[in-house]
Order: sequence, then structure tokens, then C-alpha cells
Amino acid sequence: MAGKAITPTRMVLKQLKGRLKTARRGHKLLKDKRDELMRQFMDVVKLNKELRTRVEEGLTGAFASLQVASAIMSPEMLEQALLYPRQSVELGLKYKNIMSVNVPLYSFQTKNNDPSEIYPYGFAQTSGELDDALDKMARVFQDMLELAQVEKTMQLLAEEIEKTRRRVNALEYVMIPELEENIKYISMKLEENENSTKVRLLKVKEMVLQEAHNFK
Amino acid sequence: MLKIAVIGGRDTVMGFKALGLETYPAADAAEAGRVLKELTRGSDEYAIIYIEEGFAAELSAEINKFKDSPTPAIILIPGREGSIGLGQSALKAAVERAVGTNILGD
Repeated sequence: MAGKAITPTRMVLKQLKGRLKTARRGHKLLKDKRDELMRQFMDVVKLNKELRTRVEEGLTGAFASLQVASAIMSPEMLEQALLYPRQSVELGLKYKNIMSVNVPLYSFQTKNNDPSEIYPYGFAQTSGELDDALDKMARVFQDMLELAQVEKTMQLLAEEIEKTRRRVNALEYVMIPELEENIKYISMKLEENENSTKVRLLKVKEMVLQEAHNFK
Repeated sequence: MLKIAVIGGRDTVMGFKALGLETYPAADAAEAGRVLKELTRGSDEYAIIYIEEGFAAELSAEINKFKDSPTPAIILIPGREGSIGLGQSALKAAVERAVGTNILGD
């Protein structure tokens, strides 16, 4: 590594020392960033795990109820009952900044806030099981929305952590050692030059003295 | 205002329709893939797309494309037959990506 394209001068040495300082500082900062991201990430992962389990259980329950309803009612009737929704959802999207990662924050609004208004059909021709299924569905939907938010956050954080980790490693194991080695090389080379100059001067002095006093 | 889409089998999406979400029934994974492409093309109209696990298995390349962009969030949901664990594995993949190894221990 040392001895290739670097010129052993004081100026280069100074430049390299400056770069080493910057690299060390950057390394420390990125390491802190990685640690903090990781801490946040672990929280998100825990939450995601919980939510996922809850959503999966909730949906399985809701589907089971729906299955019962579809067994009782004729497919056409069921289709008709659900064909035209009375409820509609409006989703708002904002971004939150976690350590320079923009993660989504969803806010949603349903058009009908009355919980009894979610059924898009009259009660005369449908079975109670359908009401039950929709009720479960509506409840699990809250969790589903949160799950979407948490899962996206998790994915974005994972990407950022990966990037930061690469940078930290590159600085720690490539950049900084290389700079250190180059600095060592230059300072050794400079010392060597100094020594040889000193020896040369001594030698010259000796020769001059010999000439002047005509020893020997 | 942004929209939420649900892609899945006819039976799966039926219930979501009543909640006021936009549903896209698909018969097989290929059709689901076409719908997904249609929805994600161009504008960021859809902020969240829920997709049934059974279809998602074959569409993972398509889905992974959106992992790093803030929208849309593509979230796997279990189908009628119950969970097949794909959603959990997405979580594990994210952990592995960030930490470098699976530290959840399962």
C-alpha cells in the first residue's frame, strides 16, 4: 500500500493528517447514527411483530365469520349486500423524520363515523353472521393500517441501517488504516531524508576542514 | 386524498369492499401482478396496497422494488386459508438486512 502513488512531502503529510482527522470524526458520527437507528429499529420490529400477529389472528377470525355468512346466504345475495359500500376511507399521509429517514405517518378518516353505519345493506335479507363478520373486519382494519405504517417504517429503517453500517465499516477497516499507513510512510521517509542530509553535512564539514587545515 | 387498495382472491377482498377500500379481485398470481403494476404505475395515488400472501409469493420481485421507496407500502395479509407465514418472513428479512443476522431467534 505504502510507496505507491504518494509523494513523501510535508504538504502531502499535512493533507493526509487532515483527512484522517475528518475520517475519524465521520466514523464516530456514523457509528452513533447507526446505534441510534438500531435502537429505534428494534422497537419498531417488536411493534411490528405484535401487530402482525394481531392482524393475522383478527383477519382469520373475520374470514371465518364471513365464511359462515356465505354458507348461510346465497352467493348472489352476499355479493349484492356488499356491492355498494356506504363507508369510504380517506387516507392522509405525512412524513416523520427519524434520523434523516423519512417514514410515513398515516392518518385516516372514515366518511361515516357512526359504527352502526358500516353495513352497506338493509337487514331484511341478510344474516346476522354477516354483520358480525363486517364488525370484526372493521375492527381489524385499524390494526392493519397501523401495521402498514410500522412495516414501511421498518423497511426504510432497515435500508438506512444497512447503508450506514457499510459506511462505518468502510471507514473503519479501509479508509482509516490506509490513511494511517500512508502517514507513517511519509513521516518515516521524511525522517530518512533528514538523516541523510545530516550525514552529508557532517561529511562535507569534515572535507572542508581537512582542506583548510591540511591535516593528514 | 390517497387511496388504499386490496388485491386478493374474490372471497378475500369481498369483506374489505364493505369497509370502503378499493378492491381488486384476482384469480391467480399473474393477474394480481398485472393489477399491482397498474396500481403502482406513474402517480402515487395508492399509499397502501394490501396483497394476499398466496399471490405475493410469486410476486416477490415486484414487491421488493417498493421496499426502499416511502410509497406505496405493500403489506401482505393472510388469505382465506389463514396465514402461511410470509408476512412474518418479511419481518425476518428486514431484521437480517439491518443487523446482518437473524437475532429474533426463530
